[in-house]
Amino acid sequence: MEPPVRTTELKQRRHADFPFFLIMGGLSATFVLLIVLLLTADLLFTSVSDFKAALLRPEIQAAFRLTLLSCTVAALMSLWVATPLGYLLSRYRFPGRWLVDTLVDIPIVLPPLVLGLSLLILFHLKIGSWELETFLRDSLGFPVTYCWPAVVLAQFSVACAFAVRTMRVTFDQINPRCEDVARTLGCSRAQAFLQIALPQAWRGMLTATTLAWARSLGEFGPIMVFAGSTQMRTEVLSTSVFLELTVGQLDSAVAVSLLMVVMAVIVLLVLRAFGARLQA
Amino acid sequence: MIELKQVSIRSGSFALNNVSFRIEAGQYAVLMGKTGMGKTTILEAICGLRKVASGLICIQATDVTRWSPRDRQIGYVPQDLALFPTLNVREHFEFALRLRHASKVEINRRTDELSEVLGVGHLLNRRIQGLSGGEAQRVALGRALAARPTVLLLDEPLSALDQATRNEMHEWLLKVKQATGVTTLHVTHNIEEAEALADRRLVLDGGRLLEQS
Repeated sequence: MEPPVRTTELKQRRHADFPFFLIMGGLSATFVLLIVLLLTADLLFTSVSDFKAALLRPEIQAAFRLTLLSCTVAALMSLWVATPLGYLLSRYRFPGRWLVDTLVDIPIVLPPLVLGLSLLILFHLKIGSWELETFLRDSLGFPVTYCWPAVVLAQFSVACAFAVRTMRVTFDQINPRCEDVARTLGCSRAQAFLQIALPQAWRGMLTATTLAWARSLGEFGPIMVFAGSTQMRTEVLSTSVFLELTVGQLDSAVAVSLLMVVMAVIVLLVLRAFGARLQA
Repeated sequence: MIELKQVSIRSGSFALNNVSFRIEAGQYAVLMGKTGMGKTTILEAICGLRKVASGLICIQATDVTRWSPRDRQIGYVPQDLALFPTLNVREHFEFALRLRHASKVEINRRTDELSEVLGVGHLLNRRIQGLSGGEAQRVALGRALAARPTVLLLDEPLSALDQATRNEMHEWLLKVKQATGVTTLHVTHNIEEAEALADRRLVLDGGRLLEQS
């Protein structure tokens, strides 16, 4: 029989974990504190009247509306593409899979400005006498470059890569044997995907959409190059901050930045609440 | 009836060569062998989930080697059960019948039949996350049997259970065997399990299949 543990030893054991929590908590707090300090500095720099004045300006309101719309469209487009692509990359070994896998990551590692430049070149590259932008503008009446669709496309190009990664990890974590069993029960591959895999992937889909939306909100470089930043037309909040800074309107720049923070927090909270409701 | 004729399967460095056996209609055969011998691979090939390099797989005297899994009329219970996390017990039983556009009356009748045979009537509206090991096994069995398959394939269905639940499951499997008479191939490495259930015992050893009386 083991001797009873003495009270002093028990106390020592209880305190033995203290350094662990101190180090882990201390390191974690560094980053959280940095974010809190950044936001506090922004809040202290601006005043409610400056904030109101900035938000009442029509061009900022137009930028706010375009930001909401373009981020939402880009996020939904990303989800639409990322779900099948993530599933294919997760489940199948097909020729050239490694190449597709690498290509999907390119927008993540590429400097955003380069991506914008590449989009610009793609739309204005002449193949003989044919040019994509001219074709879209003249034949379909749908100009892209330096118009709002360019904003969405620039945001989508980056956001989608993050959404694909998220969806791939999501499907990697779902047991593929469930789909195998479903197929023996009478499902086609499409039915197994739609009825078995997809309902299990909703949490990943929510995360992918949130990530794509947040990524789109912060996108700046490709939008500047590919869509420009024309007030009331292609200006979004991220480019507004830059424009306000360049003309020395620091108060407005901070006010718009704070607005973006509020938007991001609201979207994250709404999506989390929605996720919690679905889970319940 | 299940028949394999000179079936060879290759997967990376693993290979099964020229496996042949025949299980008569209504027989309950147990396939034994050490881990890594290819028992699961054989089941997956019969299901159509794994390609065969050569040979024929026949079910009810029909060559189904190139058929997709959905057309083979097989009930399959994998080792990890692979229950569908988003469905409750009732929906598991209804799943295969809904795919076949069975009528509401037929679906309810079959669900009642199965829940009675398997003793899960009180669990029908439960989510699968809260089920015990034995209950989950019975749900997986019910899901596999719902569409009245011609063949039932069980991949080490009792390996994760404690001894008491395993004995209980032996009884359930015997009950299913009597109630359905479905041709069954049950993979295990447990001799007790084979003795309790099998009409016939097959042993896979080094890629060769031996009959054990």
